[in-house]
Amino acid sequence: MSEPGSLLRVNNVEVIYDHVILVLKGVSLAVPEGGIVALLGANGAGKTTTLKAISNLLRAERGEVTKGSVEFRGERVDRLSPSDLVRRGVVQVMEGRHVFQHLTVEENLLTGAFTRRDGRGGIARDLEHVYLHFPRLKERRYAQAGYTSGGEQQMIAIGRALMSRPKLILLDEPSMGLAPQLVEEIFEITRSLNREEGLAVLLAEQNANIALRFAGYGYILESGRVVLDGPAAALRQNADVKEFYLGLGGEGRKSYRDVKHYKRRKRWLA
Amino acid sequence: MHILYAILIGPFVTMAREPAFLIEVLIGGLLAGVMYSLVALGFVLIYKASGVFNYAQGTMVLFAALTFVGMLEAGLPVLLSLIAVIAVMIVLAFAVERVVLRPLVNQSEIILFMSTLGISYFLVGLGQILWGGDVHPLDIGIPSGPLTVHGILINQLDLYAAIVAGTLVVALALFFQKTRVGRALRAVADDHQAAMSVGIPLKQIWVVTWAIAGLVALAAGIMWGASLGVQFSLALVALKALPVLILGGFTSIPGAIVGGLIVGAAEKLGEVFWGPVIGSGVEDWFAYILALIFLLFRPQGLFGERIIERV
Ligand SMILES: Nc1ncnc2c1ncn2[C@@H]1O[C@H](COP(=O)(O)OP(=O)(O)OP(=O)(O)O)[C@@H](O)[C@H]1O
Ligand SMILES: [Mg+2]
Repeated sequence: MSEPGSLLRVNNVEVIYDHVILVLKGVSLAVPEGGIVALLGANGAGKTTTLKAISNLLRAERGEVTKGSVEFRGERVDRLSPSDLVRRGVVQVMEGRHVFQHLTVEENLLTGAFTRRDGRGGIARDLEHVYLHFPRLKERRYAQAGYTSGGEQQMIAIGRALMSRPKLILLDEPSMGLAPQLVEEIFEITRSLNREEGLAVLLAEQNANIALRFAGYGYILESGRVVLDGPAAALRQNADVKEFYLGLGGEGRKSYRDVKHYKRRKRWLA
Repeated sequence: MHILYAILIGPFVTMAREPAFLIEVLIGGLLAGVMYSLVALGFVLIYKASGVFNYAQGTMVLFAALTFVGMLEAGLPVLLSLIAVIAVMIVLAFAVERVVLRPLVNQSEIILFMSTLGISYFLVGLGQILWGGDVHPLDIGIPSGPLTVHGILINQLDLYAAIVAGTLVVALALFFQKTRVGRALRAVADDHQAAMSVGIPLKQIWVVTWAIAGLVALAAGIMWGASLGVQFSLALVALKALPVLILGGFTSIPGAIVGGLIVGAAEKLGEVFWGPVIGSGVEDWFAYILALIFLLFRPQGLFGERIIERV
């Protein structure tokens, strides 16, 4: 069922935390080579869990993929360690940024190159490259990361991930807690990385508005299930998405599930 | 009245009257303190990198010294013995990661702490089986007589110990600041989840940390063994590291170093100048009183790492 050009495929993945808490109930999605794909959903829908199931950071949180598989460039990767995945080109930028507070900005970026074996020259070149995309980080390169602003920390987190030379970056809520212009700036930079370097992006966002403007395709997650997916342009026009995720609807916000329920009943009656 | 004078003022009068003697005691104390710093440093390294309070640090000092002596007694030359013990400590680090840390990943701090109690008993037992329970004299060729500098007596062994410890500390500082692995160690200490997310393998980092802690223990064990003989009471050195940690803060490398120096100097001064008044043996408990005072007034220690909070 592998479509041509699929860089990442998540097939029917189920995730259980602490051996009992079922959080993902069979999620499937795909990211094409060089694409930007949005994963949307409300708090607790399972966006972070999906990303961690891919990057395998789950295990450190007592989470486990109990069903399904993850394929990267056609190979099963769901048993690899996070370190192996980074080496193959899949890196996650965690929600809440998580910079190394006591390291300088530049040291933070350099930790991103830990898995690389191609010598100092290549790493130095990529460092300059990151500074080219984030000139603000260059100005602050010797500052302690803990004292930089929220926007700068998000840039550090993305820049740090770029230092591993990824093919696919898993971005978890880059917009969280940032002012609108800054969010715009960070998304613009991400898009230029995508266009100029073919970096594929899987973007988990609550902010559907901006995510659907930058992504090519989107999945909507609710309670651990994909309830809707389609090209971003189509999702933007979808009445339910407009109402529940883009805040364009008339009446008060309901859950997407209610709509489904209502539709299901209609179908049942028909 | 008289007793108050003897405690509060008398000792200072004695100090002022004999400044050369005061300096001598102070230097002796600082040099002894370097050893405390070294043991405390082992604790801090492991605590920072893996959040484990390693009760076995003291036993590692003993085990390293015992193994070293054992090899010397078996007729190996000094350098070869040293290399062999270093290898043993590295193997120990791998074993700890594989047998203890890896299966216990995600467990609470107290469980990890208890597992280090287990490591401690295991090492004591192993040491005893391999090398017996006697006191082994350790002669590494450092002359033990005192040295006179400007009329001040300095114990040569203490001096050598301080030089070795100082070199080790500088080497470690360079390693942490300047190398790829050192940077990764600091990253893990800061935020282990983020470190994993950029592909730093925690297991490797734990092995490196325990190996470094093992080397630090070895240095402390050899120096201490050379002055006291290698015996099971060496493991108790770890108990002295506890007040050092409270003084310096559990997460601070400079704190461990400065804390050790303070404790070393303070207890020597206490012993020499207050001992005659309140009875000797001050050296044995003074550090704990100092730690207690710190717990009351500055529980994060002198250098307890500041939590960065931006507003
Ligand atoms: N370590 C954990 N142990 C147990 N349950 C967890 C754990 N992490 C997450 N969960 C649960 O899994 C569900 C999905 O969480 P997840 O963090 O994936 O959601 P999210 O879509 O990223 O939400 P948000 O937008 O708030 O970040 C939530 O109900 C959450 O309570
Ligand atoms: Mg999340």
